Amino acid sequence: MKTYSVDALLAHEKFQLANPGVETNKEIGSVYIGDLLSWVMSHSEQNCAWITVQTHINIVAVAVLLEMSCIILPEGCTPDEDTQKKALEENIPLLVSPWTAYNIACFLKEKMES
Amino acid sequence: MKNKAFAVDLHIHSCLSPCGDEDMTPNNIVNMALLKGLDVISVTDHNSGANLPAVDALAREANLGFLPGIEVNTKEEIHVLAYLPNLERAMELDEIIMKRLPKIPNNEKFFGAQLILNEEDECIGKIGDLLINAVDLSLGDLKTLVEKMEGAILPAHIDKKSFSLIANLGFIPPDLHLRSVELSSNYKQGDNTLMDSMIKDLRIFRSSDAHYLHQMLERSFFLHLKEKDPMEVIQKIRGSES
Repeated sequence: MKTYSVDALLAHEKFQLANPGVETNKEIGSVYIGDLLSWVMSHSEQNCAWITVQTHINIVAVAVLLEMSCIILPEGCTPDEDTQKKALEENIPLLVSPWTAYNIACFLKEKMES
Repeated sequence: MKNKAFAVDLHIHSCLSPCGDEDMTPNNIVNMALLKGLDVISVTDHNSGANLPAVDALAREANLGFLPGIEVNTKEEIHVLAYLPNLERAMELDEIIMKRLPKIPNNEKFFGAQLILNEEDECIGKIGDLLINAVDLSLGDLKTLVEKMEGAILPAHIDKKSFSLIANLGFIPPDLHLRSVELSSNYKQGDNTLMDSMIKDLRIFRSSDAHYLHQMLERSFFLHLKEKDPMEVIQKIRGSES
C-alpha cells in the first residue's frame, strides 16, 4: 500500500486543521478507527491516521505514544481547548471533517491506492 | 473526637434508572439499608436526582446517613458518581444535567421505566427522555462544577470494559488531580497489574452498584468518620479530610 500525506489531505475542502502551526508534512501509512482509548493504545499502529469521536486531551497522549501521523475528528466533532493546545505542543496534526469515519476511511483508501 | 468505622454503600440505583428494578423504591432502599446494617447510603441514578427528595426525607426519619448523588454519564461516555453535600445542591446539579441530556425518548419495553416516586412510594411521574445517554459535559467540566458546589466526583467502576475512565480514556488524566476511584465489587487487586499501578496512590471505594435490593452491600466496606455527615464523606473522596 502506498502512503498519502497529511498535507495532501488538508488540501481537500472537507478537512480543516484545528491546530494551525503544527507540522503537517507527515506520511499516512494506514487508517485506524476507534474511540475506546485503552483499546486504541493496544491495537493501532505507527504512522496511522486515527479517526475518533473522543475529543478529550488524552487522545494526544495516545497519538504521541503510538507515533501516529494525525488525529481526525469526524462528523463535525470539535476538540476541547486543552486538546488543541496539547496537540500543538506535541506536534500532532488535529484535523476536523464533516464526513463520517466511514467516508473518511474510504476517501483515504482511494487516495492511498492511487 | 475519635473516628468510628461506618458501613457505607455509595452507589445504589432506584427505580428511576431504567435498569433499576421496580422494587428499588425509596422505602425499600432505606429499609433494606437498615436491615443490612448500613450507616450511610447514597442513591445515584443515571443523570437524574428525581428520586433523591423522597430518599432524603426517609433516610432522615430513619436516622440513616444519606449522601445525595447522581451517576453522570459524561461526554466521554464515562460513568462518574457526583456527590453533593445536601439535597438542594444535588437538585441544582440535576437541573444542569437535564438541560444537557440528549432529547431521545426512552423505550420502556427495551430499557425499562424511569419512575419518580414520593415518600409513600407512590408514582408521581416519569422521565420521558432516556437517562442512560451521555450528557454534553466533559469529565473535567463536571469535576469543576461539582467541586464548586462543595461536592466530589468519583469515577465509577474504573476496572470495567465499558463506561469507565480507564477503558474510555486509557489512563487517568494527570491534570484531573483525582484522589479517589471506585472499583467494581468483583475486581481483585492483582487481577491487572497495570490497573493496580494506576491506582496505587488513590483511595479505593467499593460500592454495590445495586440495581436490585438483594445486591445492596452488607457491612463490608467502611469509612472512618467522626460522624455520619455527608460533608465528611465528600472530604474523604476529595482527599481533603482534616
